[in-house]
Amino acid sequence: MIHSLFLINSSGDIFLEKHWKSVVSRSVCDYFFEAQERATEAENVPPVIPTPHHYLLSVYRHKIFFVAVIQTEVPPLFVIEFLHRVVDTFQDYFGVCSEPVIKDNVVVVYEVLEEMLDNGFPLATESNILKELIKPPTILRTVVNTITGRPGGDKEFLKTDWVTPRGSGAVSPLLLERVFSCVYERSTNVGDQLPTGQLSVVPWRRTGVKYTNNEAYFDVIEEIDAIIDKSGSTITAEIQGVIDACVKLTGMPDLTLSFMNPRLLDDVSFHPCVRFKRWESERILSFIPPDGNFRLLSYHVSAQNLVAIPVYVKHSISFRDSSALGRFEITVGPKQTMGKTIEGVLVSSQMPKGVLNMSLTPSQGTHTFDPVTKMLSWDVGKINPQKLPSLKGTMSLQAGAPKPDENPTVNLQFKIQQLAISGLKVNRLDMYGEKYKPFKGIKYMTKAGKFQVRT
Amino acid sequence: MLESNKDSAKLDAMKRIVGMIAKGRNASELFPAVVKNVASKNIEIKKLVYVYLVRYAEEQQDLALLSISTFQRALKDPNQLIRASALRVLSSIRVPIIVPIMMLAIKDASADLSPYVRKNAAHAIQKLYSLDPEQKEMLIEVIEKLLKDKSTLVAGSVVMAFEEVCPERIDLIHKNYRKLCNLLVDVEEWGQVVIIHMLTRYARTQFVSPWKEDGGAEDSEKNFYESDDEQREGTERRKKPYAMDPDHRLLIRNTKPLLQSRNAAVVMAVAQLYWHISPKSEAGVISKSLVRLLRSNREVQYIVLQNIATMSIQRKGMFEPYLKSFYVRSTDPTMIKTLKLEILTNLANEANVSTLLREFQTYVRSQDKQFAAATIQTVGRCASSISEVSDSCLSGLVCLLSSRDEVVVAESVVVIKKLLQMRPAQHGEIIKHMAKLLDSITVPVARASILWLIGENCERVPKIAPDVLRKMAKSFTSEDDLVKLQILNLGAKLYLTNSKQTKLLTQYILNLGKYDQNYDIRDRTRFIRQLIVPNEKSGALSKYAKKIFLAQKPAPLLESPFKDRDHFQLGTLSHTLNTKAAGYLELSNWPEVAPDPSVRNVEVVELTKEWTPAGKAKKENPAKKFYSESEEEEDSSDSSSESESESGSESEEEADSSEDSSASSPNEQEGESASESEGRSKRTAKKSWKTRAKSDSEDEEKENEKSKSSDSSSAESSSAEGSSSDAESESESDSGPDSRKVTKEKEGRPKQARSTLPKDVSLLDLDDFNSVSTPVALPTPVLSPSLRADLEGLNLSTTSSVINVSSPVFVPMKTHVLLHRMSGKGLAAHYFFPRQPCIFGAKMVSVQITLNNTTDQKIENIHVGEKKLPAGMQMHAFSPVDSLEPEGSVTVSMGIDFCDSTQTASFQLCTKDDCFSVNIQPPVGELLLPVAMSEKDFKKEQGMLTGMNETSALIVATPQDFTPSVILQKVVNVANVGAVPSGQDHLHS
Repeated sequence: MIHSLFLINSSGDIFLEKHWKSVVSRSVCDYFFEAQERATEAENVPPVIPTPHHYLLSVYRHKIFFVAVIQTEVPPLFVIEFLHRVVDTFQDYFGVCSEPVIKDNVVVVYEVLEEMLDNGFPLATESNILKELIKPPTILRTVVNTITGRPGGDKEFLKTDWVTPRGSGAVSPLLLERVFSCVYERSTNVGDQLPTGQLSVVPWRRTGVKYTNNEAYFDVIEEIDAIIDKSGSTITAEIQGVIDACVKLTGMPDLTLSFMNPRLLDDVSFHPCVRFKRWESERILSFIPPDGNFRLLSYHVSAQNLVAIPVYVKHSISFRDSSALGRFEITVGPKQTMGKTIEGVLVSSQMPKGVLNMSLTPSQGTHTFDPVTKMLSWDVGKINPQKLPSLKGTMSLQAGAPKPDENPTVNLQFKIQQLAISGLKVNRLDMYGEKYKPFKGIKYMTKAGKFQVRT
Repeated sequence: MLESNKDSAKLDAMKRIVGMIAKGRNASELFPAVVKNVASKNIEIKKLVYVYLVRYAEEQQDLALLSISTFQRALKDPNQLIRASALRVLSSIRVPIIVPIMMLAIKDASADLSPYVRKNAAHAIQKLYSLDPEQKEMLIEVIEKLLKDKSTLVAGSVVMAFEEVCPERIDLIHKNYRKLCNLLVDVEEWGQVVIIHMLTRYARTQFVSPWKEDGGAEDSEKNFYESDDEQREGTERRKKPYAMDPDHRLLIRNTKPLLQSRNAAVVMAVAQLYWHISPKSEAGVISKSLVRLLRSNREVQYIVLQNIATMSIQRKGMFEPYLKSFYVRSTDPTMIKTLKLEILTNLANEANVSTLLREFQTYVRSQDKQFAAATIQTVGRCASSISEVSDSCLSGLVCLLSSRDEVVVAESVVVIKKLLQMRPAQHGEIIKHMAKLLDSITVPVARASILWLIGENCERVPKIAPDVLRKMAKSFTSEDDLVKLQILNLGAKLYLTNSKQTKLLTQYILNLGKYDQNYDIRDRTRFIRQLIVPNEKSGALSKYAKKIFLAQKPAPLLESPFKDRDHFQLGTLSHTLNTKAAGYLELSNWPEVAPDPSVRNVEVVELTKEWTPAGKAKKENPAKKFYSESEEEEDSSDSSSESESESGSESEEEADSSEDSSASSPNEQEGESASESEGRSKRTAKKSWKTRAKSDSEDEEKENEKSKSSDSSSAESSSAEGSSSDAESESESDSGPDSRKVTKEKEGRPKQARSTLPKDVSLLDLDDFNSVSTPVALPTPVLSPSLRADLEGLNLSTTSSVINVSSPVFVPMKTHVLLHRMSGKGLAAHYFFPRQPCIFGAKMVSVQITLNNTTDQKIENIHVGEKKLPAGMQMHAFSPVDSLEPEGSVTVSMGIDFCDSTQTASFQLCTKDDCFSVNIQPPVGELLLPVAMSEKDFKKEQGMLTGMNETSALIVATPQDFTPSVILQKVVNVANVGAVPSGQDHLHS
C-alpha cells in the first residue's frame, strides 16, 4: 500500500519524508516536479502520476503537496482519502496545517504518522484514538515541560507551541487541571495504554469522558451551489448541507435527533456513529457521539425542490474593440431571503488578461484589484435592502489587444444567519443512557457554496 | 547525549535524530548509540528508537540484531499495546536473518487474546512475505486462521494480507464469505475498502452473471425489481428462471448502507461492486452517491469523474438525471473541466442535446483556451453521434472559425474536417471559407486539415484548389512536416484530376520534397512520383493511381477516450491510468455454471458482534457469551435444527448434514470438487471446533458444573425419541451408548469424568450418511417461523412448500424473572415461552408474562413503555392492564420477533407512576418451531439453506440416563422441537 510520504512546499522543497517500508529515494519526486512544471498551476497537477517503478498520488492542501508513493495496485481514492485524513489530523493537532508548524512539531508528526499507518495500511485514523496514543502539544504541556525541566520544552515553547488544538481555545480551570494531572502522571507525550476506543465497537468515542457543563451544539449549515446565467435565470442550483456538531457530554450518551421534515434529505452520508437502520426505518438520527467536534451528517437536498436563490447580481461589463477603456458596473441585491439579512458578501471575479487596471468606486465596502493575477475582489459586507451596494468604474485595457471573447464570471460568497434555505428543521434532540440534563443548542446558517454568475 | 543517564537528555537527543530523519538527512552513523536505548524504560524514548530502527535497520543488519531480544521480551508483555508495537517493529526491520523469529512471533500473535495484536499480526504477514516469499505456505496457514477471526478489527487487515500474499487462494474465503459480508458494516472504513474489492473479485468467480436476462428488457423490468426488492429484501426473485444465489444477494444487500459512508474510498468501492456484480437494474443506486462525492476535494473529484466517465459510456441512463451536476464552473481546475465535459458528451442524447449545446457555447468562450478547444471537440462528437443536431453544430463551428483565438480556430478546423469527412455532402462553401483561412492560420494541424479537405474535395472547388497549391508551393520549405506531407498529397490529387493546370506546380513540389531534410517526406515524394508521373518503369500501379488517391476514405469515428477503460476494474489505479499497474488483479468473467454454493456453509457459526468489550462480557456473564457464539447470524436465511438450554445440553450438528447430503445428492454437478471441498470443510470444521472449544472451555466447565446438578433431576419420561439428530443417530446406532466415548476420544477433549458428548458430525463418514433410511413424512423440527418464511421464499420449485407446524412435544413450565418485585416496587413479572405459534405474527415468538401485584395497593395502567430493540426486531406489546388488585395476578401474552437471534429485547414496563426497564433474552431453543414435512421436502429445504444457522449446545447427562426417553426429554426441555417417529430403537445420544 502506501510506501512513503513526502511533504513538498510550494517552492518545491521536500521538507518531510516518512517511509513505512524500504526507503524510497526522494529522487522519485523529480517526476512530480516535472508534472508540476507542466501543469503551471498547482491546482492542475494531476493527482496520479505514474513513474517507471512507482506511482505518485498527491493531494494539495494548505499550499503543501502531500505526495504518497505506492508501488502496487491500490484504489487511488483509498490513498487520496487517507492523505486528506492526515491533513485533517494535523489540523486537529496543531490548529493549522502549515509548513512551519509541521517543522516545529516534527516529532509529534512523526509519531502520529507512525501510528496512522502500519506497513502502509491505515491503523488508527480516528483523531480520538490518536490523541490518546500521542498527546497533542498544548501551551500547558509546554509550560509544564518547561517548569519540570523536561527536554524540548524550552525550545518549542519559545517557538510555536502557542498554537492550541481547536476546541480547547478557551482554557477552563477544569481543562487546566486535567492537563496538569495528565502531564504529571505520565510525564510523557506518548500514551502507554491501548486506547479503549481501538477495541470497542464505538472506536470514535473515548471512555471516561467527564465534563462539568454538559453541552451539545449542532450547526446546520447549508451551502447553495448555483450557476446563474447572463440574464439572471438559474442554470443549476442545488443545496448541500452538513450538520456539524460539538458535543461535550459526560459518559456514554446515546442521542437521537429528529427532523420536522426529513423527506427533504435526498442523499445523506453519515459519520460512522449514526445507526443506519434506524435512519432507514424511522428517519431518525440515533448515535453515540464522538467527543468534541465532528461532522455528523452531510446531505443533499433533492433537485426536485426549487432552490430559492437569496441574492441577485445586476451587472454591466463591456469592452469596446477600439478604445482602451471598458465599463464595469455591478450591483448586488437580496431576493427571497425570508426576511433575513445577507451578510459577509464577497464578490470576486477573474478579469481577462487584457485588463491592465481598474478604477472603481464602491458604494460600500472595500475592493482590491491585483494587476498580476487579474483578480478583482470586493468585500461588500451586509446588504442593506434600502440602499443596494454597487461597484462602478472603468477598466483600462491593453492597447491594441483584441477584446476578450468572454465577460468574466462573478463568484459570490455570502452568509445568512438563522436560516436553512432548504427549510430543514430539527425537531428534537433526546438523550438516553445518562442521567444528567445536557444543554442543547441548534444553529442554522446558509452560505454560498460555488455560486457563480455568468456575465 | 544518548549516553547520558538522564532520560530527558536521551529524549532530547532522540527528538533531534528523528528531526534529521524527517528531513531526509543521514543519521545512520548513530546506529550503535541509538540501538542501546531500545530497552529504555521511558516509553517515549522507546518509540523514537523504534522509529529510528525501522528506518535504518536494513542498512545495519548486524547491529540491528542486538535489539531483537528486547522485542522478544516485549512480545510477552502484559500490555497489549507494547506487544503490538514490538511485533510491529520486529516485523518492520527487514533483516532476513530473523525470518524464523518473525514467523514464530506472527504465529503467537495470531493467537493473541487482543484483537489489536492480531491485527498487527496480519500486517506483519505482509511484511514477512515481502521480505521472504518462501514463507508463503506457512503464512497462508496463519492467514487462514486469522480469516476465521470474528473481530471487526482484524478483518480488514487480514483480507489485505490475503490480497497481498495469496490472492489466488480464493478457496480460503468460502468459509468466511458470509461472515465477512455480515461484519462488513462494522469493520473500520479502510478495511471495508479492501474487503469490498476482494469480495467483488470473489463474486465474479463464484456466482453466475445476473446480467443475462435483464440486459435486453432492462427498462420494462425495472419496476418489477424495485418493488420486489423493497417489499421483501432478502428473499429471492423466485419466479424468474434465473435465481440469484442468496449469498450473492447478501453481499449486494450488505454493502448498500456503505454508500452512505463519509469515506469516499468506501463509496467508490461499493459503487464498483454494484457496477461489476449487481443486476444492471440495481446499479442505479450508486449514481446518487457518486454525484455526492463531486462536492469534495479536487483529487477525489478527479478520480470519481473518471469512473463516472467510464460508466456513463455504457449506461447513459444512470447519470442522466444528474446532468446538471456536471456543468462546468469557471473555477474548476482544467483537468476537472475536461472530465466533466467528457461526461456531458457521453450523456448527450436527442432530448438534452440542445440544452447542452447552449451550455457548450458558454464554454467555448472560456478564457481557459485548452478547455475551449476540448469543448469544440466535444461539439464535434455530439454532432457525429446525434445526427439531428449535426447541421447546427457544423454551422456553430464555422462561426467559430472567425474567432480571434488561434487555438479555437485550429481546433474547429480539425473538427470540421472530421465532420465533413463523415458526411460527404455538398459543403463547398465551408471549404472555400476554410481555404481563405489558410492565409491567416498558423497551427500546423489545422493547416494540414484544410489542405487535406481541399485535396479530397478538389473536384468540388476546381478553381480554388490549384490556387491553394500555388500558394503552398511558395511556402513549402517553411512549413511544418505535417503540412508538407499534405501539400504533397494535395499536389498528387490535383495532378490526377486537373493535370493541365497543376502539372508544373506538382513537379516543383516533388522536387522540393526530394531534398527535404525529413526522410518521411523524401520517401513520400519518391512514392508519389513513381505513382503518378508516367514513365517506362512504372507499370501496373500507376494505372490505378487515381483510384489509390481518390478512393472513398472511411470516416473517422469520434470516440471517447474512456471507451475501453471498462476492462479494468473500476476504482482501481489501473483504471485511472488506463494501464495495468503492478499487482493488478484481473476481474474474471462470470462463470458459466455457478461453482458449488455449499462450500460457503459453515458448521460452527462464530460470529459475535462485540457490543460490549469482550473481556468484560465474559466475566460478567459467561453464559451469555457462550450462547452468542452460536447465533446472531441467522438473519441470512437458514439452516437446520438446533437445540440448547441455559443449563447445559447437547450438541447436534445438523447444518453439516445439509452439506453432506448436498454433496451426495444426484443433482450435484460437480461431485468431485464438492467432495474435495467437503474434505476441506471438515478439516476446518474440526479445527474451528477445537479453537472454540478451547476458548470456551472455561465457560463450559462452569456451565457443566451447574448443569450437572440441575439436569439430572429434570428427567421426565416422555414419548418416543427422535429429534432432528436421527441422521447421526442412525449412523452410529450400533455402537449405542459406547459410541459417545469413542467420539469423545476422537475429539480428544479432556473431559473424562463427565459424560459430556460433544457431537461433531464432521467426524461422520459420508457413507454413513447415505445409508440413512428414515421413514417418509417425519415431522422434522426445523426453523423458527421467520426462518420458515425465508425458506418459502427460497423454494424455487412448484411442489408444495406448505409447512405443517406440529404441536410442541413438550412445554417446559420454567419461568424466567422479568421484573423482580423488589426492583419493581411491588410489581413482579415472570415470563415463559408457551411454544405456541404466535397469534400476532408468523415471525414472532410468543411470550407469556405473568404480572403479580405484591403490594397492598392497586397498580394501575400497566403497559409497555418505550421499546429498545436491536435493529430488525419487532415486538407486539400486550394490551395495557387497567388495574391490578393487591395480591392479584394477571397473565398477558405478547409476541416478539427476535429475528432468529438471541439478542435481548429490552423494553420498559410502565405503570401509572413508574417505569421499569426489563429484558427478555430468548434461549435459542425457543426460537425454533417444530414442523412436519416429508423427507424429500426436508432435503430440498436443507439444500437451499445457506448454512450459518446452526447452533449447538451440550446436554450433560449421567451415564445411566441414556435411555431414549430421557434424552428426548432433555432435548425438548431446552428446545422447541418435535419428535420424529423412528424405526430404530436406538438413539444415539
